[in-house]
Amino acid sequence: MRQVITVDGNEAVARVAHKLNEVIAIYPITPSSPMGEFADQWSAQGSPNLWGTVPLVQEMQSEGGAAGAVHGALQTGALTTTFTASQGLLLMIPNMYKIAGELTSTVFHIAARSIAAQGLSIFGDHSDVMATRATGWAMLFAGSVQEAQDFALIAQASTLESRIPFLHIMDGFRTSHEVMKIEALDDEDLRALVNEELIRAHRARALSPDRPVLRGTAQNPDVYFQARETVNPYYQRVPGIVQDYMNRFAERTGRQYRLFDYYGAPDAERVVVLMGSGAETAQETIEYLQAQDEKVGLVKVRLYRPFSVEAFIGALPSSVRVIAVLDRTKEPGSAGEPLYQDVVTAVAEGLSQNRPLVIGGRYGLSSKEFTPAMLIGLFEEMKKPSPKNHFTLGIHDDVSHASLPYDPNLCIEPPEVKRSVFWGLGSDGTVGANKNSIKIIGEETDFYAQGYFVYDSKKSGARTISHLRFGPKPIRSTYLIQEADFIAVHQFGFLERYNVLETAREGATLLINSPHDPAETWNHLPYEVQARIIEKKLTVYTINAYKVARDVGLGNLMNTVMQVCFFALSGVLPREEAIGKIKEAIRKTYGKRGEAVVRKNFAAVDAALAHLYPIEVPAAPTSTLRMPPVVSPQAPAFVQTVTAPMLAGKGDNLPVSALPADGTYPTGTSQWEKRNIAQEVPVWDPAVCIQCGKCVLVCPHAVIRAKVAPPEAFAQAPAGFQTAKAMWKGLEDQRYTLQVAVEDCTGCSLCVEVCPAKNKSQVGRKAINMEPQLPLRAQGREHWEFFLNLPDYPRHDSLSFSTVKNVQLLQPLFEFSGACAGCGETPYLKLLSQLFGDRCLIANATGCSSIYGGNLPTTPWTKNRAGRGPAWSNSLFEDNAEFGLGMRLTLDKQNQYARELLGQMREKLGAELVDALLQADQSDEAGIDAQRERVALLKSRLEGQEDAKAKDLLSLADVLVRKSVWIVGGDGWAYDIGFGGLDHVLASGRNVKLLVLDTEVYSNTGGQSSKATSLGAVAKFASGGKSTPKKDLGRIAMSYGYVYVAQVAMGANDAQTVKAFLEAESYPGPALIIAYSHCIAHGIDMAKGMEQQKLAAESAYWPLFRYDPRLKAQGRNPFQLDSRPPKIGFKDYALHENRYRMLRQINPQAAEQMFQAAQEAILARWRDYEQMAGVAAEEGTPQPSPSTASPATAREEV
Amino acid sequence: MSKPDLSTSYLGIKLAHPVVASASPLSYTLDGIRRLEDAGVAAVVMYSLFEEQIEQESHALHHYLEYGTHSYAEALDYFPQPDQFNVGPHEYLELLRKAKEATQIPIMGSLNGVSSGGWIEYARMMQEAGADAIELNLYYLPTDPTLTGLEVEEMYLDVVRDVSQSVTIPIAVKVGPYFSNFTHMAARFVQAGASGLVLFNRFYQPDFDLEHLEVTPNLVLSRADELRLPLTWIAILYGRIQADFAITSGVHSHLEVLKGMMAGAKVVMMASELLKNGVERVGAILQDLQTWMQEHEYESIRQMQGSMSQKHVANPDAFERGNYMKVLRSWRPDPTGRLVK
Repeated sequence: MRQVITVDGNEAVARVAHKLNEVIAIYPITPSSPMGEFADQWSAQGSPNLWGTVPLVQEMQSEGGAAGAVHGALQTGALTTTFTASQGLLLMIPNMYKIAGELTSTVFHIAARSIAAQGLSIFGDHSDVMATRATGWAMLFAGSVQEAQDFALIAQASTLESRIPFLHIMDGFRTSHEVMKIEALDDEDLRALVNEELIRAHRARALSPDRPVLRGTAQNPDVYFQARETVNPYYQRVPGIVQDYMNRFAERTGRQYRLFDYYGAPDAERVVVLMGSGAETAQETIEYLQAQDEKVGLVKVRLYRPFSVEAFIGALPSSVRVIAVLDRTKEPGSAGEPLYQDVVTAVAEGLSQNRPLVIGGRYGLSSKEFTPAMLIGLFEEMKKPSPKNHFTLGIHDDVSHASLPYDPNLCIEPPEVKRSVFWGLGSDGTVGANKNSIKIIGEETDFYAQGYFVYDSKKSGARTISHLRFGPKPIRSTYLIQEADFIAVHQFGFLERYNVLETAREGATLLINSPHDPAETWNHLPYEVQARIIEKKLTVYTINAYKVARDVGLGNLMNTVMQVCFFALSGVLPREEAIGKIKEAIRKTYGKRGEAVVRKNFAAVDAALAHLYPIEVPAAPTSTLRMPPVVSPQAPAFVQTVTAPMLAGKGDNLPVSALPADGTYPTGTSQWEKRNIAQEVPVWDPAVCIQCGKCVLVCPHAVIRAKVAPPEAFAQAPAGFQTAKAMWKGLEDQRYTLQVAVEDCTGCSLCVEVCPAKNKSQVGRKAINMEPQLPLRAQGREHWEFFLNLPDYPRHDSLSFSTVKNVQLLQPLFEFSGACAGCGETPYLKLLSQLFGDRCLIANATGCSSIYGGNLPTTPWTKNRAGRGPAWSNSLFEDNAEFGLGMRLTLDKQNQYARELLGQMREKLGAELVDALLQADQSDEAGIDAQRERVALLKSRLEGQEDAKAKDLLSLADVLVRKSVWIVGGDGWAYDIGFGGLDHVLASGRNVKLLVLDTEVYSNTGGQSSKATSLGAVAKFASGGKSTPKKDLGRIAMSYGYVYVAQVAMGANDAQTVKAFLEAESYPGPALIIAYSHCIAHGIDMAKGMEQQKLAAESAYWPLFRYDPRLKAQGRNPFQLDSRPPKIGFKDYALHENRYRMLRQINPQAAEQMFQAAQEAILARWRDYEQMAGVAAEEGTPQPSPSTASPATAREEV
Repeated sequence: MSKPDLSTSYLGIKLAHPVVASASPLSYTLDGIRRLEDAGVAAVVMYSLFEEQIEQESHALHHYLEYGTHSYAEALDYFPQPDQFNVGPHEYLELLRKAKEATQIPIMGSLNGVSSGGWIEYARMMQEAGADAIELNLYYLPTDPTLTGLEVEEMYLDVVRDVSQSVTIPIAVKVGPYFSNFTHMAARFVQAGASGLVLFNRFYQPDFDLEHLEVTPNLVLSRADELRLPLTWIAILYGRIQADFAITSGVHSHLEVLKGMMAGAKVVMMASELLKNGVERVGAILQDLQTWMQEHEYESIRQMQGSMSQKHVANPDAFERGNYMKVLRSWRPDPTGRLVK
């Protein structure tokens, strides 16, 4: 019997790829990153390939780099692969042409994903792979996890035989992330298909000085064309080779694939053609329609390139009258999408008579749902005498009217399949437990199992929805569950925010994790929920899973408790057997993390059922609670009509006309999404507060704000609104207030940690203290509203904004982002927005900051009362510095042109005004304000003038006010993929500001190592600890001598941070700020993030410095070291973080060596910096005090 | 006179002399343990493996591997998931194993905890790693007013029972003096399986940082006068309780070694003196001990062990309440009114 495994597509593919390769070049990109992670981890653990040697895995600096490395490895004869998607694949295109042109055997495994166009999307469609059609690669599409595994092998066998490189493609997320029970291939299966002689032939073609040849010539008009045609016979052989391997594969496994697989009625008249995961849903639909005697069929395309016309025509039933071709991509302006065009050509060329009508359409872009109902709608359309061509499926297109109608309520899910939907929070472990449940059912029972998970667009308070199917037959439903038998709501708060019962079938079971007593839970349900429960005749159970988990010492991890309840209620397995299996799974999953974890989870299993209660459902709803509106009625029209449906999970229903055609969206929308995700929020105590502004500065979500205003401004303050006498020289007669946006707070408590003011009677309390949110919600909303309407401190007034205390009075123009609670990056962006937000443009590299900065539905960049605020855009990951430079070039050019026009129109516009505009000193806020007034006057004089110059000047006038261009991104961009551009932009001498939010890993894709990762830190792609030190980006930039460079850490020295931002912005040339950004990927308590920053600086791991070229002109040393000599050891800082501690747990010896090496590197760099700063040598080499932070040494008796 | 015999035995283990290194940072590393051996200690009690540490390490690993996972589609987790972690006692056991290989002296493991639980399984692992004995350090700071003294005592005894059932090597119990009837408690520890009693554990007393208004963990090194408390109790227990006694807290010179032996201890355990003045102090103390014994014509350590216990002194009431009264009354005002002895 074959081994059955329950894995997702990425793991299924990576298993085969790791077995069949010698060199693997990797780079993270969603949704393919896990394939690289698996490969890296398996190699780090010493897992060999099929030939007993461990594949060499190399992370590169970009996908372009990975493709280059692959090309080189292939040219020298190694079996080589890589994994990628989307923009990553596009970066590989130049090398792909070369690899194919040189007839090189390789397989790239692709988790196909959308391409960024009007907006970026991480989700699945075929846009990326379709963009590579011309490269000459074979393209083999898998439709399911099973096929993805199988085709990984068939592709490898075929490429070796054909010498044509293969893209092996699965659908991003739908297949790459779907967990499925599959039959595993074993080593013998791989050996049976992979021809060793062909591998040796591949090796024999390699470049070698022992048998030198030259490849990669430059060719001229005389021969290039002919040479390009030499490869035709190789392409002609591919279909035959692939089919041959498919047949041999079938002999071993019983799974028969064909180049084009036909399913359906032998006498079908209407046939759809598609490839990828949608074909699974199509097969399910065909089976349903056939049972109703519909003459329909389906052609699944497996080998898309080279396209075999013969095989395609052979697969079609001769009865076919209409063919509908479905493309999961869009090619604007084309005569039709690619597969459609191929089918049209095939029909034209392959059939000389009885040619069927061919229509084509698009479906499923960016993982848009593709359901049987949509297909049934299509089959209805195909019955018409003139069915619509170039249609779309699954959306409502009221602009081009291309969409086909369908019945969204039609559900054909097979009744024998058990379907369960779980609503959880990212942090509550719901998904992890569900993956465990699928494994249990998939691997321990005869049931087939499928799991698919829908995640949030926010990183804090993130909602997850798990869709689990179990059934006696293979599951082909590659769409979300439409009618569930079991619904679990793991977060009580969801009941008032989402329609969690929408997918409940009549008579389903509902399990609610409730903080209330079983007898009270019903009364706490909103009226709408009660009504749906009654209407759908649901059976309801409740448990206080958080309490059960806390009581056994698991804290907030209640997933095990809910998992037990699921098994108990769903009846998939006998109760006792299920409990035994859950415990086995716990030991398997958590055992390596220590006995204590296993024991407590076992205790949770044992305690769960005793606390599970049925709820008696009355005949009619009784609740006085109502679900609140999604957004406030005060929200602008766009937010009401477009954003609100997206927030409510109804974005699929938005028509085409609702969405901007060019990807331009309003800013300031996050303020309308009141997420209420914090259990506790900070509460101000004015009696203790010293008004230092530190809490305001560090708040990652801009929910703590301060204002100073005259006493009369508070006359109408709502009850309980607190103020204190302002502690500013010259403002003593005014009142100060500190307010918290309780509905927007994530409860991270960074603010409380940094508060320096302690209550003298209870030193545990500070000037702000965390209190439960719920009782504060209503009043907090009212206070916040009042606070926002208080006057802002005028920017151009006398206060200098060079201190933390004063900065707190500036309005942040970056607020309520979806970043992780306690994020270390966002405080810097907020500071940037406070200081320069009303006159800045931001070029944002793809990564965390582009996601929390620009991921719909709501975004955090906002504007002030005057309507000014940061203008933000994201181009790509790799080109951000160049993108920002382009913005600067425009501003400089336009400024120059505007000044020229002013000069030319001096007399006409008034010499005094023009001279003032041209000579304006805009070095401070007052100067900028005065220039804005001049520009307003200028515009009023230009208004209505008809000559071209006046019109031009009017359109450019705003550029006369000083603008600031900020190029923002993470370390993955700055140190790796974008470094070439960053270097060039720094060297350009242009007035651009680069802010590197350095988390020392690729945070957004899950913590892969970058060149900013430090020696000894464990990260993905550095499973055994990074073995080389962090790149010193600051020193590289300083080497130019004309670049302002600062290294900052807000938690270590907030005043230095503010100073660096101001200096950088004022510097009339390129400036680089490298900002230590603590991160969830460090494995720290995020509330202590600022404390970690302090330790990083105190250990000199992260020395603070500023390099200001202006000082040279004053005869001073431009390099200023703002840190003191190290006073703690590296380990005293590092061992507070899981990324370092883990290394001790993985490999204690290597850890000690690496930590020692890291310590030495830190001291060596410190000495260099001291020399640069000209610190007197007699102070001697610093010696950090001995490490005391080791957990093993934290307490001891002496 | 020939050299006096310094040998003794503790928990059934023969030792060259009674000076043993107690659990301290001196045994954090293999080098440290080697240095202790080179300095001449008769045996080493390794630094303590804490119940909380084992639990906490495991929970921290679990917590940070799970934290933030499965929330956002691009970052379903943040760390690689290796097949194996050395969590809990692996590092400790490895050090113990290496120390046994690298030294000739007995090495004892030390477990510090308060409740019964999976963690005491590590006693068995220490035995497997080669430990000659286990010191069980019981230390609980009761802050719950509903918890009775009896419950705390039962908790302690449960741990001793559980550990003694899981190993065959001898167990010594290290506790503090704060029991209503320490003699009774000592007897019960022995009943529960302890072969030795290490007296006493020192009370953790944090300090206040007035500048930052914070409670700061603090453990000051012992002083010689702290020896009095264990000295008193060993002298009282000697002969009444069938266990080997180790005296600790306040052993700084050969004088404390002598006192300890005379009270009835089999060994003294030292750390503060070695931390403060270096492990080389062991050699000097042994030299002084020998000289003193020669000068006072003692043939062996065994000869003096228990010689000044309550059982063997001329005035046993010196240890009891009546003597306490006499001490208090020995203070008298001098002509100026100042109290003098």
